[in-house]
Amino acid sequence: MSKPHISIQNLNVSYEGHHVLKDITLDIPEKQITTIIGPSGCGKTTLLRSINRLIDLIDGVKVSGKVLVGKTNVFDNGIDVTDIRKKMGFIAQMPNPLPMSTYDNIAYGPRIHGIKERKRLDQIVEHCLQTASLWNEVKNRLTEPASKLSAGQQQRLCLARALAIEPEVLLCDEPTSALDPISAGHIEEQLLTLKKDYTIVFVTHVLRQAKRLADHVIFLYLGELVEQGPAETVFYQPSDPKTKAYVEGVFG
Amino acid sequence: MDKRKLEENFYKILMIGSTLIIVGSLVSILIVVLFKGALALSISMLTQTPKGGYYLGKEGGILNAIIGSLYLAGGATFIAFITSLPTALYLNEYAGRSKLAIFTRQSLDILWSVPSIIYGVFGFTIMVYLGLRASLLGGIIALALLELPIMVRVMDEVMKMVPLKLKEASYALGATKLETTLNVITRQALPGVLMAILLAVGRAVGDAASILFTAGYSDAIPGSLFDPAASLPLAVFFQLGTPFPEVQQRAYASGFILLVIVLSLSIASRLLTKRFMRYVIK
Repeated sequence: MSKPHISIQNLNVSYEGHHVLKDITLDIPEKQITTIIGPSGCGKTTLLRSINRLIDLIDGVKVSGKVLVGKTNVFDNGIDVTDIRKKMGFIAQMPNPLPMSTYDNIAYGPRIHGIKERKRLDQIVEHCLQTASLWNEVKNRLTEPASKLSAGQQQRLCLARALAIEPEVLLCDEPTSALDPISAGHIEEQLLTLKKDYTIVFVTHVLRQAKRLADHVIFLYLGELVEQGPAETVFYQPSDPKTKAYVEGVFG
Repeated sequence: MDKRKLEENFYKILMIGSTLIIVGSLVSILIVVLFKGALALSISMLTQTPKGGYYLGKEGGILNAIIGSLYLAGGATFIAFITSLPTALYLNEYAGRSKLAIFTRQSLDILWSVPSIIYGVFGFTIMVYLGLRASLLGGIIALALLELPIMVRVMDEVMKMVPLKLKEASYALGATKLETTLNVITRQALPGVLMAILLAVGRAVGDAASILFTAGYSDAIPGSLFDPAASLPLAVFFQLGTPFPEVQQRAYASGFILLVIVLSLSIASRLLTKRFMRYVIK
């Protein structure tokens, strides 16, 4: 395993008495794709959203433990949560363009982080759309509302938007589950290219997808970490009988 | 015909019937007002102030009331808007489920149903206390109070419907609460905000009771905020109260002008809303 980029230590999360994540300790390697797998309701999304503290938006959430990104614990008091989130691009399950034009969707992040110069913004928009291989499809309609794009294009727009804030990490919460197979394929291809520059954490409940993408795998079951390790080991020589049953398709 | 099909048709007819009653009422109001006021309608109605003594005048027009109403509604809407938008944003994005938020919403709902004469009397009492006489400013403040609960509560309901996924998208990019509120929530809720303004203006421009004591009446166009101001609803009220048929006819004409102003405001804001709908995420 290459050196860890994110290190989670004894993380516990509960919502209004419901214990969702139980004492999770694991490492996420740098510049690889780590997939979080497990049946629905096992805490995959909560784990992902703990990393950029999006779980803060939920009322009545309680967290203990540490999520270290580099040397910073994102849950430390006195940490500016916007700094944490700026380091992490987030792609949600359903495409969620903002109520503005395609151009402004991408420029939104850089603008709030202080880039005002039009020429610089133009460059960022073009570069990010190209990286998300959307540029050719939208270059002539940048001022049109982003909601006019197809679902597949919207999700690539969300990827481009995430890249525009120059993050170190990409957090993906089942980003292809609402897409047709061709659009899903586009996103997967881009992530495989992007992993040379970014640490990618990818939540999925589609085992075949995890097998296509993963370098490193985390298997959660009912809020507990069952197994983590390199993809080949977890998929083909799992040490825990529950992992073995899950990857063989006995349940889930 | 089987029972379910019969049922389907019965309720469909019921719905169409109700809709027709509503549309029909609007059309018949317009027809009656136009029919009764037609003889008094003329260009001079729109371009002149009353002549031949006070608002009972049989000559001249009601320009004083048209301008007065526009000033009153415009000023009140401006004041109500700049206080409503921050209040609605605060209730939705900052106050959460706090006691203050619950209390504020409850108060606004009560204020919404307070009869407008109460706002008028309240405004008048304050003005007497301060030694002010009936004036444009007094009317504007009374109408702003009348508009506030409508604006805040409509905006509030619209902002509640902004999907969480949009806020999440903004926060995930490292936006602060204020940035998310101003750039995302306000944009998404914009058509609804316009609707809130329209509803409030509609109530303000047609209200007579709240400005009866606060704005007063005058046959001149107000020259400053401290002059009394005429208004269309009061013009209708006073003209209709006279024993002279010619003046009563002018009341219908004034009513018709008021209706046309409200309708054009409504149509204009509908067109505007359509433009702003472009970027809204459905």
